[in-house]
Amino acid sequence: MSDPPPPHHDAGARPGPLLPVQDGRDGALMFVIAVLCALACLAVLGGAAADRAARGWSADLKTSATVQVRPKPGETSAEAAARGAEALAGVNGVAEARALDRAAAVKLLEPWLGKGGVPDDLPIPELVTVDLDPAHPADAAALSAALAKAGVDGSVDDHGRWLADVERTALTVRVAAVGAALALAAAAAAAIGFATRAGLQARREVVEVLHLAGAEDRFVAALFQNRFARLSAWAGLQGMAVAAALWTLLRLLAPADGFSPLLPQAWRDLWLITPCVFIAGAIGAISARSSAMTMVRRGYGSGDGAER
Amino acid sequence: MSRRNVNAIPTDDPSAGPVLEFQAVAMRYGRSPEVLRDIHLSLAPGSFHFLTGASGAGKSSLLKLIYLAHEPSRGLVRLFGRDIATLPRSELPWIRRRIGVVFQEYRLLDHLSAFDNVALPLRIAGRKLSDYRSDVAELLHWVGLGARMHALPPTLSGGEKQRLAIARAVVARPDILLADEPTGNLDHEMGQRIVRLLIELNRQGTTVVVSTHDRSLVEPSGMPVLRLEAGRLYGVSAAA
Repeated sequence: MSDPPPPHHDAGARPGPLLPVQDGRDGALMFVIAVLCALACLAVLGGAAADRAARGWSADLKTSATVQVRPKPGETSAEAAARGAEALAGVNGVAEARALDRAAAVKLLEPWLGKGGVPDDLPIPELVTVDLDPAHPADAAALSAALAKAGVDGSVDDHGRWLADVERTALTVRVAAVGAALALAAAAAAAIGFATRAGLQARREVVEVLHLAGAEDRFVAALFQNRFARLSAWAGLQGMAVAAALWTLLRLLAPADGFSPLLPQAWRDLWLITPCVFIAGAIGAISARSSAMTMVRRGYGSGDGAER
Repeated sequence: MSRRNVNAIPTDDPSAGPVLEFQAVAMRYGRSPEVLRDIHLSLAPGSFHFLTGASGAGKSSLLKLIYLAHEPSRGLVRLFGRDIATLPRSELPWIRRRIGVVFQEYRLLDHLSAFDNVALPLRIAGRKLSDYRSDVAELLHWVGLGARMHALPPTLSGGEKQRLAIARAVVARPDILLADEPTGNLDHEMGQRIVRLLIELNRQGTTVVVSTHDRSLVEPSGMPVLRLEAGRLYGVSAAA
């Protein structure tokens, strides 16, 4: 018992972890968190794509107008449309105005009536399509005034009714995407909280020894906080990688701008999911710390209520 | 091994009075009958006591009250001049750091090496490895475990675990050392050495309470004896 210590020793080269490293439940928890993170990332990517589509439609509607012209007695429809286009072309805030000929108008009806389904004698309104200056678009009143001034009988549709629908849809998509991501984050937090409580219960003996050796509650909570922060960040990285891989696969397999016109993909969207690792780590840390603090203050269970 | 104050805690009056005082203390587990009743006890700083009694007499329960693992069901407990009933939870760790405990069942952390087990109280107190490495190694040699620093507790014998638990209890130079059957798994010779170690610590100023039912350890020491019978502390006497 009184042997002198050797002059050199490597004991305690690095302190061992106060919590046992291996836990059979960690793998299952990591899988759950990774899946939740992947779903959250896909929700964000899907929301970004849908939002882009809605913004595109909204921009198209905002920068165009359609004018229906009615010919004067003795005037052909084509002449009336041409006169209307000429009157509108000079209005401030109009980039271009062009009369839509019958062939183009028939083509617009094909989705509903089928190819060749439009009888030759079917009266089709004469339309003028107006491209507005995106920076300073002319409003419906200015267009109507220009038509009246030129003596053209026409009615202006500035797409306002559709615009409201599209913008409402875009807002719904954004809220749904954020809501889905938040719900998944809450599910991950709940799973981590549950795992922390189970882990603390399973390591009750270790925690009790730490307490009796003078560990403060926050010291014990920090052990679980750090452990689950690392685990969650690693799971978040894996979930993010899976989501990014799926998204990339769709992007590469899809033609042009993406898998569907409803979900136009852009490579820059991948930046949106990079915070997943940090958010997952933060959720893991906060949830684990909160659960551990609650539990150690309650006496981490199983006692008779008088243990400290 | 020089004495070092690694823990500082505000006390009502740290320089005066007993380090431990029980007045009419009782304790029960849950709704069961009281296992300790009407305990009056006062330990002076630097005192040494054996705590004896038959199995089930309440020795371990009394020690649990002292090392703040359990609350009394009634009575007054003062540690280092502080009434523990009014002590905020945030101050419990500071009191506990002044108490070293050798548990009957060792309570070593099986996933940590012998070195890390002994260093545990120092890590918890915020000491850096570079500060305590040589102290812990020296202590492990002192208790005869210098060659087993890297061993995990499950690979140690009962006696080795016992000595490891003792080393962990004393490494932070506690003001009070509680030992619950510290020689229970040791042969007589090793048991005597452990007692001598405890007495040496006591000479350096540590208040020591050793729970044991081994009269062969108690009687030669000549130290005062606290005797528990059926939950009652019957008195303090010098060993015969």
